[in-house]
Amino acid sequence: MRAQIKISLKKDVLDPQGRAIKKALHQLGFSEISEVRQGKYFEVDIDDSLELMASKVVERMCQQLLANPVVETYSYELVD
Amino acid sequence: MNVCVIIFPGSNCDRDIKLALQKTAGFKVTMVWHGDSEVPKCDAIILPGGFSFGDYLRCGAIAARTPIMRCVVEKAKSGVPVLGVCNGFQILCELGLLPGSLMRNSRMLFVCRDVYLKVENTDTPFTGSFEKGDVISIPVAHHDGNFFAMQDTLNRLEGEGLVVLRYSDEAGAITSLANPNGAQRNIAGICSSNGRVVGMMPHPERACEMVLGNTDGKLFFKSLKSALTV
Repeated sequence: MRAQIKISLKKDVLDPQGRAIKKALHQLGFSEISEVRQGKYFEVDIDDSLELMASKVVERMCQQLLANPVVETYSYELVD
Repeated sequence: MNVCVIIFPGSNCDRDIKLALQKTAGFKVTMVWHGDSEVPKCDAIILPGGFSFGDYLRCGAIAARTPIMRCVVEKAKSGVPVLGVCNGFQILCELGLLPGSLMRNSRMLFVCRDVYLKVENTDTPFTGSFEKGDVISIPVAHHDGNFFAMQDTLNRLEGEGLVVLRYSDEAGAITSLANPNGAQRNIAGICSSNGRVVGMMPHPERACEMVLGNTDGKLFFKSLKSALTV
């Protein structure tokens, strides 16, 4: 099975990269864009034998390494 | 007196800081590879600057999870002074030994120049030889030095006097113009509650020889010598 993990900056955290991307999009004519936040996306393949334990394992991975709890939040989906 | 410098793949200030420790304060320096599980017996530990593990995932994130760091945390908790410079500061934050996080510079530029710093806390092993309020010049060289913490954490840091260094102008005024990276409240360096763990973005080891035009950095290493001699 595969975990699709998204890491986002918390809303209070300034995102200069997102801001630069928004500016570039505006320059390309996408004037309707009001906000861009940059994040990270991971695909992690997990042994199927983990079954019900998988979400616990993904949680631990996110907490211990993939996300920095000071500035980021995470969410994930498990797909076959 | 023995100081251990921890080396990661991508560290690039390790030998500079080794020289600074040896030449300014006569320390014996042991270089320790990140894959080792033990830090040898030592009086202080330095996490040098650089780009450990290529800054993959987040600056300092992978280095903070290497085997050696478990031992660094244990030693820090037992009171061994630990200094993290630049990438070393990022690693200390990722480890949770210091609060907050170092984010991308607010203007997105890699900043490499001398900055003025106001010394606000002289109760750490690395700043004891300064006078409170001293203004010094030390180079910074980073892309991710924008110190961020939640407001309550910032208030706690300031309330407990844990801000060690702030970006200032030459006269010591804390202004937004003097802030090279957007760091909250101009914070350039902080310490742990017991003052034994210090993280700072500027590079004191690059300001230890007249031939480099600046010797303001020497006092960080001389402070450590004095702190350990007492």
